[in-house]
Amino acid sequence: MELLVAIIIGVMTCCAVFLILRARTFAVMLGLTMLSYAVNLFIFASGGLKIGAGAVLHATEEYADPLPQALVLTAIVIGFAMTAFLVVLSIRARADLGNDHVDGKLPVAKNTRQGASS
Amino acid sequence: MNHLIILPIVWPLLVALLTLLPPFDRSLLLRRYLSVGGSVVLLLISVLLVIQSTGSPAQLYQLGNWAAPFGISLLLDQVSSLMLCLTSVLAVASSLYASSGEDEGGFFFHSLLHFQLMGINGAFLTADLFNLFVFFEVLLIASYSLLIHGGGKAKTRAAVHYVILNLVGSALFLFALALIYGASGTLNMLDLGTKVASLSETQLQLLQGAVALLLVVFGLKAAVMPLHFWLGSAYSSVTPAVAALFAIMTKVGIYSLLRVFAMVLQDAGFVADWVFPVLWWTGLLTILMGVLGVLASEDLRKMASYLVIVSVGSLVAILSLGTPESVQALLYYLVHSTLATAALFLLADLIANQRGKAGDRLVNGRKVAQPVLLGSAFIVTALSIVGMPPFSGFIGKLLLLQAVSEGSAMLWYWSALLGSSLMLLIALSRAGSILFWQVSSSDAEARRAGGRRSTALVLLVLASPLLSLFAGPLTEWCQAAATQLQTIANLSPGAF
Repeated sequence: MELLVAIIIGVMTCCAVFLILRARTFAVMLGLTMLSYAVNLFIFASGGLKIGAGAVLHATEEYADPLPQALVLTAIVIGFAMTAFLVVLSIRARADLGNDHVDGKLPVAKNTRQGASS
Repeated sequence: MNHLIILPIVWPLLVALLTLLPPFDRSLLLRRYLSVGGSVVLLLISVLLVIQSTGSPAQLYQLGNWAAPFGISLLLDQVSSLMLCLTSVLAVASSLYASSGEDEGGFFFHSLLHFQLMGINGAFLTADLFNLFVFFEVLLIASYSLLIHGGGKAKTRAAVHYVILNLVGSALFLFALALIYGASGTLNMLDLGTKVASLSETQLQLLQGAVALLLVVFGLKAAVMPLHFWLGSAYSSVTPAVAALFAIMTKVGIYSLLRVFAMVLQDAGFVADWVFPVLWWTGLLTILMGVLGVLASEDLRKMASYLVIVSVGSLVAILSLGTPESVQALLYYLVHSTLATAALFLLADLIANQRGKAGDRLVNGRKVAQPVLLGSAFIVTALSIVGMPPFSGFIGKLLLLQAVSEGSAMLWYWSALLGSSLMLLIALSRAGSILFWQVSSSDAEARRAGGRRSTALVLLVLASPLLSLFAGPLTEWCQAAATQLQTIANLSPGAF
């Protein structure tokens, strides 16, 4: 189970890094969202993975570490708010700067299709 | 328990919320009074905290009265009270300066300013790493909005970079926190400090991974080379009052580095093995990059932004020595450089306003309308930043140099710091002579700075002579703060 979770987190982080390195704000935003999913799973796993362990006392014999669950909740809320802010900012940047490149201007086009879209 | 400790967090929150409620939401004038008044009260609170922390042992405040490693704790020692005081001085100057018209660019300016203060104060006070993350986010989301306050293409462009970079930084911070928790089972700084010694080899390796991530995160906040590229465009495009307040933001990164590496993990072997060397060399390179930026700047605000980077480099390099003398020098220089660069940001705006189309670009322009006020403010600030006697920069740099007094470290640091001072002297004297003496026409623009702007400027500029006038007691105080910082780490949370 540890291996599976580790692979999932790793693959998500890889995809996130790839998307964040794209030049368009939409892809970057998706990448950041995916990175925050990976982070949330990672925090969740930091207390150790257990099957059938309760989150509250006295529900089961064995219980899971409650702190990562509290941390992950905070991280989800904050990550969600930040992503919402970035969405609004990207829309604003698209309107202000006339394109959705992260630098606010398109690089000098080698490829005609890209140049025409500005 | 001393409830005054939580007030620097609760008070700005209260002020920020009040600005949104009637009758303050109706009138900008009332909001200005509330905002400036709130900052002055914050200054009084932090002065009280400085008085309380001086000479007495560090105090721990347990939120909700939960016992230390389980609940969140706030830590008041001399270092955190000094940072609180510095922040509130900037807050007074910034809110006063903004009240002369800059806050008309958006409804929420004063609310955001105080939310930002809440985040900064929280980051300075907290003794819990996850709580540090939360306060980082509080100050960041307020800074995102303050950065684009007033609107405009340049701000939007800088904000996109700033927000994306900081979101990635936050994600890395969370990875680091999860690793620390996984490795040591605690996120309380004091608890972590005592547990480090008993960690197994595997756990130490995990912790080192977390530390590497933390270095990136704090380095990004502090704008350490190679993570400094966002700073130039962000700081030079924001409105001046915000830039003056942002002068503390890089110092939040430095403060976190100080807390984590000079206090919590000071006894961990790997810190001396590789963390401090990394900080040392990146610090020196940061000085170099900052100096190049200063020399290449086309306008005064850009120059002020790169001056921030130079000071960050000097501070990060000195931090990596980890001795009490270096922490003492760091604290004094940090206060000086924050106030001096904040003053320069305000000054750049006043000069730009009075030079018509030329603005603060380093080209021939009109004569400024208030040459005596702006000129003397400029010369005091510039001499202070360069490190000329009798101003605070001289004493600050002297302390920095004295802290590095042996071996090859001395060679590197002395040449970096003295070389950078020479370059700053050249750049700033060139800027000053162009701005004030190379005037193309004699008619001065009538836009004189109003009372509020001049007061805010004078408040920040006067800090430099005051810092050097009271240098004796201040350096002794900083020394006590440095020794205290290094003794706290050996205390377990239960010892308070």
